[in-house]
Amino acid sequence: MALGRPIGILLAKELRTEFRTRELLVSTLVFVLIVLVLFSFTFDPTTAESRRFGPGLLWLALLFAGSLMLHPSFTREQSNDTLVALRLAPIEPVSIVAAKILANFCFLLVAELVLLPVFAALYNLRLLPVLGRLVAVLVLGTLALSIVGTVFAAISSQARMRELLLPLLLLPLLTPALVASVEATAGLFEDRPALPAVWVGVLAAFDTIFLTVTWLFGEYLLEE
Amino acid sequence: MASAAHAMETKKTGTQGLATLGVALLLAVAGYSALFVAPTEATMGLIQRIFYFHVPFGWSAFVAFFISFLCSIGYLRSRAPKWDWLAVSSAEVGVPFVTVLLITGPIWAHPVWGIWWTWDARLTSTFVLWVLYVCYLLLRTLIDEPERRAVVSAVFGIFAAFDVPLVYFSIWFFRTQHPQPVIGAGGSLDPRMRDVLLLCWAATLGLLALLLRQRYRLEALRYEVECLRLESDRRGPGPQGFATVSNPGRSG
Repeated sequence: MALGRPIGILLAKELRTEFRTRELLVSTLVFVLIVLVLFSFTFDPTTAESRRFGPGLLWLALLFAGSLMLHPSFTREQSNDTLVALRLAPIEPVSIVAAKILANFCFLLVAELVLLPVFAALYNLRLLPVLGRLVAVLVLGTLALSIVGTVFAAISSQARMRELLLPLLLLPLLTPALVASVEATAGLFEDRPALPAVWVGVLAAFDTIFLTVTWLFGEYLLEE
Repeated sequence: MASAAHAMETKKTGTQGLATLGVALLLAVAGYSALFVAPTEATMGLIQRIFYFHVPFGWSAFVAFFISFLCSIGYLRSRAPKWDWLAVSSAEVGVPFVTVLLITGPIWAHPVWGIWWTWDARLTSTFVLWVLYVCYLLLRTLIDEPERRAVVSAVFGIFAAFDVPLVYFSIWFFRTQHPQPVIGAGGSLDPRMRDVLLLCWAATLGLLALLLRQRYRLEALRYEVECLRLESDRRGPGPQGFATVSNPGRSG
């Protein structure tokens, strides 16, 4: 069965639901801003120090934001049992997961693009010369976060203590993605900016592997 | 009928006792060889002998997690509860094995490297591995319905298993300090040391098998109790006015 059309329709539905309230987007933005400001107290934010710590704190803030904000993507469906309705539709169950992954990817990416100039201004980093490559890293890293984050949101929504459980499950699993994103971003803020191919490769491998695993096993999470 | 079942149970207990005795003997012999038979390492001295416990527990833990991974896939494909029982049993036995690995490592590292811990590829990825499977066990305690729990934790187990090589690989690129593998990677190891190491591995594998079997039977019994409880919950108060069996430990 074709996956494209159902995914498109479901993605439109996810985006519509989100943009009616914009709660996910706004809370992600505010949360990352708070973390970025708080981080500035933990070290001396001069240009040299910021170059060393900046990429790490940007990605940690995004990861924390993701582990808190991705949680409603399945619990939102639970209040009115709308997941049952989605599952009744004559579509591949995995397209429901795929649409949610894409939707979360869009939300996070929009939030990141808004935050990026603020981050650069706060920590005195020069964005413009490396903007294209930085966006490429953001796309790969955010994809990793949204794939695993969405699947684990489906997992934690079925358990007790779900708000606490999602970060616990998500953060250790994202270690390789964090290391790769931070290293790739750090390469862009050096004196002679270069995109480290190894880390882009690790990120691409991470995305490919977990997209495949989700495609193979994701639908089991939607059963009742 | 009852006596046949009783006889079978007695026979099972007998085999179990023999197996326990065998593994205990094997562990004793392995411990003795590690302490007295294997030659003392030239530069590190006696502290190097911890290697005969450290490495075999690590290998056996990896075997346990690999079993858990295969059983998770097996469960999702077949939906037979036994796969789930084996998956959780091997994860639950694997976690203390990795704990041994994480404790014996620093005991060795402190005199040899001069530090308890370093953020090197093997150490860090083992630590992440340990955290992942502790989370797997935690996740299981937070879902009450047996089938849901089995499905959800199987998916998490598969994600965790695919993550382990990625963690290792990414941190290996990042930094590494751990001694290189001594077997299979061109390292040189005294033949006597190798024999003792393999004996110790056999002993820890025996321990793994023994614990796995016990834990598996426990999980099977637990499943039976859970099913009975759910059934009685569904039926509500019985005709004689028996109250529904509640489960105080798992409320909420």
